[in-house]
Amino acid sequence: MAQVSLKNIRKVYPNGAEALTPSSFDIGDGEFVVLVGPSGCGKSTLLRMVAGLEEITEGELTINGRVMNDVDPADRDIAMVFQNYALYPHMSVRKNIAYGLKNRKTPKDVIERKVAEAAAMLNLNEYLDRKPSQLSGGQRQRVAMGRAIVRDPALFLFDEPLSNLDAKLRNQMRIEIKALQRRLGVTSIYVTHDQVEAMTMADRIIVMNAGRIEQIGTPAEIYHRPASTFVASFMGAPPMNLISARLDGGRVMINGDTVLAAAEGSGAVTLGIRPEDVVLGAEGSISFHVDIIEELGAHRLLHGRLADQEFTIHVGKDVEAAPGETRIALKSDAITLFHPETGKAL
Amino acid sequence: MTEANAGVIDHAASHTPPRKRRIRWGAIGDHAVLIVGSLFMMLPLLMVLQMTTVPDVEVIKTGPSLTIGHQLPENFDKAMFQASGFSGQNTGLNMLKNSFILGIGFALGKILIGMMAAYAIVYFRMRFATLAFWVIFTTLLLPLEVRILPSYEVVQKLGMLNTYQGLIIPLIASATATFFFRQFFRSVPEELVEAARIDGAGPVKFFIDILVPLSRTMIAAMFIIMFVYGWNQYLWPTMITTEEDMFTLVRGIKQITQVLEGNRIPEYGRANLLAIIAIIPPVMVVIFFQSWFVKGLTESDK
Amino acid sequence: MKRAGFTARWLPILLLMPQLVIIAVFFYWPAAHAVQSSFFLQDPFGFGSTFVGLDNYKDLAGNGEYLSIAWFTVIFTVLVTFLSLSIALLLAVKADNVLRGAKTYRTLLMWVYAVAPPVAGFIGLIMFHQSWGPLTELARSIGWDFKLGVNFNDTATAMVIVSVWKQVPVNFIFFLSGLQSIPKSVREAALIDNRSASGRFWDVTFPLLAPTGFFLLITNITYSLFDTFGVIDTMVKGEPGNNPMTLVYKVYVDGFRGNDLGGSSAQSVVLMVLVLALTVFQFRLVERRIHYT
Repeated sequence: MAQVSLKNIRKVYPNGAEALTPSSFDIGDGEFVVLVGPSGCGKSTLLRMVAGLEEITEGELTINGRVMNDVDPADRDIAMVFQNYALYPHMSVRKNIAYGLKNRKTPKDVIERKVAEAAAMLNLNEYLDRKPSQLSGGQRQRVAMGRAIVRDPALFLFDEPLSNLDAKLRNQMRIEIKALQRRLGVTSIYVTHDQVEAMTMADRIIVMNAGRIEQIGTPAEIYHRPASTFVASFMGAPPMNLISARLDGGRVMINGDTVLAAAEGSGAVTLGIRPEDVVLGAEGSISFHVDIIEELGAHRLLHGRLADQEFTIHVGKDVEAAPGETRIALKSDAITLFHPETGKAL
Repeated sequence: MTEANAGVIDHAASHTPPRKRRIRWGAIGDHAVLIVGSLFMMLPLLMVLQMTTVPDVEVIKTGPSLTIGHQLPENFDKAMFQASGFSGQNTGLNMLKNSFILGIGFALGKILIGMMAAYAIVYFRMRFATLAFWVIFTTLLLPLEVRILPSYEVVQKLGMLNTYQGLIIPLIASATATFFFRQFFRSVPEELVEAARIDGAGPVKFFIDILVPLSRTMIAAMFIIMFVYGWNQYLWPTMITTEEDMFTLVRGIKQITQVLEGNRIPEYGRANLLAIIAIIPPVMVVIFFQSWFVKGLTESDK
Repeated sequence: MKRAGFTARWLPILLLMPQLVIIAVFFYWPAAHAVQSSFFLQDPFGFGSTFVGLDNYKDLAGNGEYLSIAWFTVIFTVLVTFLSLSIALLLAVKADNVLRGAKTYRTLLMWVYAVAPPVAGFIGLIMFHQSWGPLTELARSIGWDFKLGVNFNDTATAMVIVSVWKQVPVNFIFFLSGLQSIPKSVREAALIDNRSASGRFWDVTFPLLAPTGFFLLITNITYSLFDTFGVIDTMVKGEPGNNPMTLVYKVYVDGFRGNDLGGSSAQSVVLMVLVLALTVFQFRLVERRIHYT
């Protein structure tokens, strides 16, 4: 178990590129934190700095109060699961799992017992003597997990561990990993570009963009109260609708229609609303033109235009809908307003 | 619907026979070209082989023929155990031994040194990495042949004429294997070394536990290519070895050809058989380990 | 370099040492020595040498024999390169076509790779034997009185044939593996777009083979210039006389037999410059060469 603390951690590569602007956050004991963001946002760099695979340019990293900046990866009491699993292709599953223990001069009987435990936990018993090339993607993933588990680390690091799996397997492994982490109670940092993984697995999400932390919060906070238009459009599928609106005399107007009363200030704003927070119906105050209906079985997505801007609505499967003009209403408590230039929430 | 389908099938069927015939003609043409090519490659060897089975007198009269004689064991005895030359040292057996020492020594030396250097270049952060890289890879630019005389002088100054070291080490002084292993190491997934570091493996452990076993196929391919290359060296051994007990088979070929002159009856059987013996080991290696060899050869083209 | 390389200080130096020492002693020293002695005139009795500046090079440029050898080398190189590349390409295309016996053909066509050039030269001597050589007889049957070692052109022809015989297999291996690495989907797309087989070859296959072909072009030029030494030395039976020879052979004859170290070194330097130019040319084209991935 571990508490991890980052204080103004910064990464600048020798060529001068700043991969991470000074960033700080703390991770509590047993917490599952997900770093999410588009590729190149600095999330992997951050994880690799925690692992010790990348040098920390500035700032201080502590694990359980101990400064780790210059500690060798092997001595940080961490385990890491890689995107391509990084299994040693010439070693059997058993040897792969045991390699880290062997290097720490763990007694043979202890190694054997731990490997057996991990294998039982991950349903790998029958595969212990196979080579990685004889395993399926999901099984390889489990071996990688096993390798991490046997070391009883203080901290698990996951670097996009599921992105090489197909969609169905990914859903299944997502649940397995989460359950395993709950059971072992090991503090975990998990990097992904998939917002669904972030939402479903995290105790807390850290959304990153262009080397900066955009927002830190629980999945619900991130989803319902995005701190910026970037977070609003990155999290959620389909993403939050973002519409230019005007703030005038305490009212938010789109095309002359009032959508929200009692807001302060004046001038242009960006209005954000989740597709499911829109109500379809003749009594709605805003006109909306439906172009395409996406039938998804459990629900439908109506794509169209609102005041000449793209807009999507999520409706239940039993709501009647047809292409053409219709009227909608926005749930006023679900609206978030953003600054039109900086994109920050107001 | 069914009718339309049937029509389509009919239509196709009526066109099938001529198309099939055309393809078959093409295939026959392909085979013909390949057979001619194979004969072009094989016939010279078969003729030489045939000539080792008949008495020399017959060869002098008719050259290669279709007769298979009984002279092979006798010729083999002459080739392997009788020396030509003055010292009586250059029997086929002795030359064969030297060829193996050169081929294997060269291959092993080159692989060992190349792997070590490539490991240093690919897996370490070094201050002079770029400089080391260029110093090493410049050697790919100039074949031994263009610096043959000064190289000879260096070996002479070091007192290594007529020694195995003098024969082998200067040939190792080019970076082909280093280059090859560098390419291969670079293709090894980045995450393996990271996983190993987290697993507590240091540089030496990683090299021995992971990188070397991973490179097994590559090492084998390299070994085959380098063995053949070393075995077939001619110019360098010709210059460095002047004592007959140091001759390799390929180096000895010049003397073999000289027995074709002379006033006595030229020893065709012996000469041809020695040529065959010089060919067999590298050819066997190439044929038996064909897929490794092809892989090793073609993957260096990158 | 790997992004997460090791940071040990002395280990990499230790690992590099053997290679660096060997190339320093057996590559850079001799190469520098060659350049240096090309500016000196060696006393024929071994009593020191005199600095003569560029005289050795000027001698070369004014030496009719050297120039004609250079000219022969050019023709020889062009012939060997062109013939061995085109024969190999033809065979590779055919071997890639056939379904049955492909592996046997491959083996039959590639084993000569492992034959040493001088041994190939020896086999050439047998094939072109004056009284009963099968190829001599073949030539005679079309009225060509072939005289190896006597007639300059005949000897040169034999050298070209033997050198090509020796070089076809390696080109074949590369072309075949190049052909086999062309994705199936590309071939299928071509099959749909173009019904003529030769059209498909020139429009699709040949351009996709271009990188391989270019690499081989350089390899073959280098082979013709240097590796054919063994072929030539055996076929002239170590007696150059009036026989054809290449530049490398001339370096050897002058330096090793004739003891003209300065002149031979100057020739070495000329060859070095030639190889360097070739390599630079190769790198520049490789940089610009189109990657189809």
